[in-house]
Amino acid sequence: MIRFIYKRLLGAIPSIFGLSIITFLLIQLIPGNPVLTYLRVSNIQASEEIVQALRVEMGLDQPLITQYLQWLTNVLHFDFGTSFISKRSVLDEMVLHFLPTLQLTTVAFLLIIVCSIPLGVTSALHKGKWFDRLTQLFAFSSVSLPTFWLGFLLIYFFSVQLDLLPVLGKGSVVHFVLPATTLAIGYIGTYLRLIRASTIEVLEEPFVLYAQARGLKERTIVWRHILKKAASPTLTGLGMSFGNMLGGTIIVENIFAWPGMGQLLVESIVNQDYPMIQACVLLLGIVFFLTNLIVDILCGWLDPRIRLAGDRIK
Amino acid sequence: MKTFRQHSILIFSATVLVLFTAVAIFAPFIAPNDPNYVDLTQKLQPSSKDYPLGTDHLGRCQLSRLLFGARTSLSTAFIVMSITFCISVPIGIFAGYMGGIVDTWFIRICDMLMAFPSFLLSLAFVGMLGPSYGHLILAMVCVQWVFYARFIRGMVLSVKERSFVMAARICGTSPFKIAIKHIVPTILASVIVLLFMDIGGVILSISGLSFLGLGVQPPYAELGMMINDSKPYFRSHPMLMMYPGLIIFLVVISFNVFGESLRQWLQVERRL
Repeated sequence: MIRFIYKRLLGAIPSIFGLSIITFLLIQLIPGNPVLTYLRVSNIQASEEIVQALRVEMGLDQPLITQYLQWLTNVLHFDFGTSFISKRSVLDEMVLHFLPTLQLTTVAFLLIIVCSIPLGVTSALHKGKWFDRLTQLFAFSSVSLPTFWLGFLLIYFFSVQLDLLPVLGKGSVVHFVLPATTLAIGYIGTYLRLIRASTIEVLEEPFVLYAQARGLKERTIVWRHILKKAASPTLTGLGMSFGNMLGGTIIVENIFAWPGMGQLLVESIVNQDYPMIQACVLLLGIVFFLTNLIVDILCGWLDPRIRLAGDRIK
Repeated sequence: MKTFRQHSILIFSATVLVLFTAVAIFAPFIAPNDPNYVDLTQKLQPSSKDYPLGTDHLGRCQLSRLLFGARTSLSTAFIVMSITFCISVPIGIFAGYMGGIVDTWFIRICDMLMAFPSFLLSLAFVGMLGPSYGHLILAMVCVQWVFYARFIRGMVLSVKERSFVMAARICGTSPFKIAIKHIVPTILASVIVLLFMDIGGVILSISGLSFLGLGVQPPYAELGMMINDSKPYFRSHPMLMMYPGLIIFLVVISFNVFGESLRQWLQVERRL
């Protein structure tokens, strides 16, 4: 097991490099001169000397590779520079906005697990019946719903018409209900189908027939035998979507005025606050990457075949 | 019996899609008014003879804007998918067929681009380049092509070992000709099914970016942008928001159902 984790960590190094290179190169995409953009955003009149001095100060006169190494060193020291707009440290702003995003994603993630597993397993057990048809319909619709529209629909029905839930902002527990539901619904559809498919596959295995022949209760068979076997592919997918949801929160946060990373990112894009954009992308990328890594390791722990796959070839 | 049900779903979703496409193509002829004509004396009107679905906050005809919005969304998705197809097929075949160092570098670049959630990456591209229609398409393609190229590479790796490709190689056929005459026809069905399965997601991303103000720019109508425009009025005029969302939903679900039944019909393996 330790060997497996060690190998996975080693294999992750190129990905981390890729992540940093892409994020660094993003800055190179800015049309025109970054110095002029900085001056314009800061409302400073651009003169020849100021531009030259800033170029040297920002290290833009250096070759690209030196710039990259300098940037990487700074990042490794948690120095992401200062925001063009608020002139505060980018790190401080990010820490402030990261926690709400993490909370929202976690709540939505739990919602996905709680809803999709029972629905998926039940519809697999009643394959072809009306319940199965209904969940299939729900699965197809939920994947096709635009998040931004769904958010407004929920606000309209639950806050405006029924006046049950608060609309915007973040405060108590009830503030989580609408944003987390909006974020989760599309994924519930996806995982419901995934869990249904893998459960149907497992149902045809001989060990299920054997368990039935032994006269075990259906509940025992489902919980002890089927779920355990069907969990592995689901887990991989779920882990990957935890990172993907960080991308999905961008829209949800902007609908519900949720003070998280997504709002910060879009605000920075509108304000052309490049250091902030870069840092947000890097942070979200790292979280995405880490969740995938953790899922990988968890799968190896659950299923020895994955853990030993590499060794057997040797 | 089951095949009949599958076929009927396939045909039904295809019909809906053809209908939407026709409406999008002929929008200039169907639309009752100019979608970009601003008339502030007519703002937020209920439906009438001149404006069948009423007007928005700038007095523009809602129905015309919906038609043109659907036109923008569908054509953008179509452009993105075509460019993605044209880029990823040659690159995927090249990497898979050549193998060796080319393939290693190809996989490395793929890993780098796939290390981010795809919506985040397109958002970052648009954010850095600045919001505009061209940049939207560029950003979408930059993110999309990797998945296809990688998928195609995987298929090429197995097709390469099949006997008819071997036979062609032994006969001395040039690699270019093998790719065109043997590999492309073998993988084409799977790639097209994938394109159809993903196009719904692409439409959602495009309208999502436009909703955030980073995609299609005013005055051109786009469904996601229309929802954003109607944000301040959705308590008093909820219908301004209902229609565009409903159209996106219908278009996307038709594409998803169509893609899924096409996959079952052609018996293409589901991608992980």
